[in-house]
Amino acid sequence: MIVALSTSGLKRAKWYEYVIRFALGGIVTASAALIAKRISPSFGGLFLAFPAILAASSTLVEKHERQRKRENGLNGMYRGRHAAGADAAGAAMSSIGLITFAIFVWKLLPEHNLLSVIAGATVLWALVAVAIWWSWKRNVPQRFAKQLGFSRTKARSTDRESIPAPPSSSAGSARQPSGPPRRRAS
Amino acid sequence: MKDLIIRFIIGGFVVSLFSFISDLFKPKTFAGLFGAAPSVALASLVLTALKQTKGTAAIEARSMILGAVALLIYASVVSYIVLRFRLPALWVSLPSLLLWMAAAAALWSLVLS
Repeated sequence: MIVALSTSGLKRAKWYEYVIRFALGGIVTASAALIAKRISPSFGGLFLAFPAILAASSTLVEKHERQRKRENGLNGMYRGRHAAGADAAGAAMSSIGLITFAIFVWKLLPEHNLLSVIAGATVLWALVAVAIWWSWKRNVPQRFAKQLGFSRTKARSTDRESIPAPPSSSAGSARQPSGPPRRRAS
Repeated sequence: MKDLIIRFIIGGFVVSLFSFISDLFKPKTFAGLFGAAPSVALASLVLTALKQTKGTAAIEARSMILGAVALLIYASVVSYIVLRFRLPALWVSLPSLLLWMAAAAALWSLVLS
């Protein structure tokens, strides 16, 4: 299964981490309203997509992964940072869904029921975010680029095939240099 | 003031709810999808539409498109730097908030101001 439910993340989360997230979410929501009131609704609207929670969550993800590895006697520093980078990559994909959410609300809210529009926009966000994540997981962009002839994989494999195999008889000779094959002078 | 307190509580609750859902999923890239969930937007747009007008909420949603484009830039840059240079997430994600602000303000002044 590509996606799985796991309670290990919940077990590792401390109560104060949820308090931090609650406080950050509350501060951003209240600040967006304050900016909309003091400056303009147009400028305040920008802050509805402010990434304060993303900054907090990627830091917590890094911390949890590092702790998990340390419990197993490993350093876990690189694992933690990799997890934080993966978390941010997921958010980048999801932000395209957030763009569709905002367009949906902007276009439909003035003439339709509030709750229907908000519910529809949330479903649209989830569908777009999961669809982008799914296609990325299935290497759809890479396959598409390859079909169009923009793939670097093809060039790399050709280079690799052209490298001659090291001679098995020359055990005492110097190590074969890596990289493209050199033409020997005849 | 009362309105701001209500927004703080509802906004905090919705953000915590999405964080809770995010903690339930594996792998990390899928859980990360909830990092750009419309949590603040849900609370803000509903309250604005109820307290003020649906037109004001629509204006905020229009600006939110640009904020989300800035978020796409921000999250891509943070992900690339953390994965490429293996720097601590906080060192990258916190200063990069300035990048989000610069991108959002630039897009807003170009498109909407």
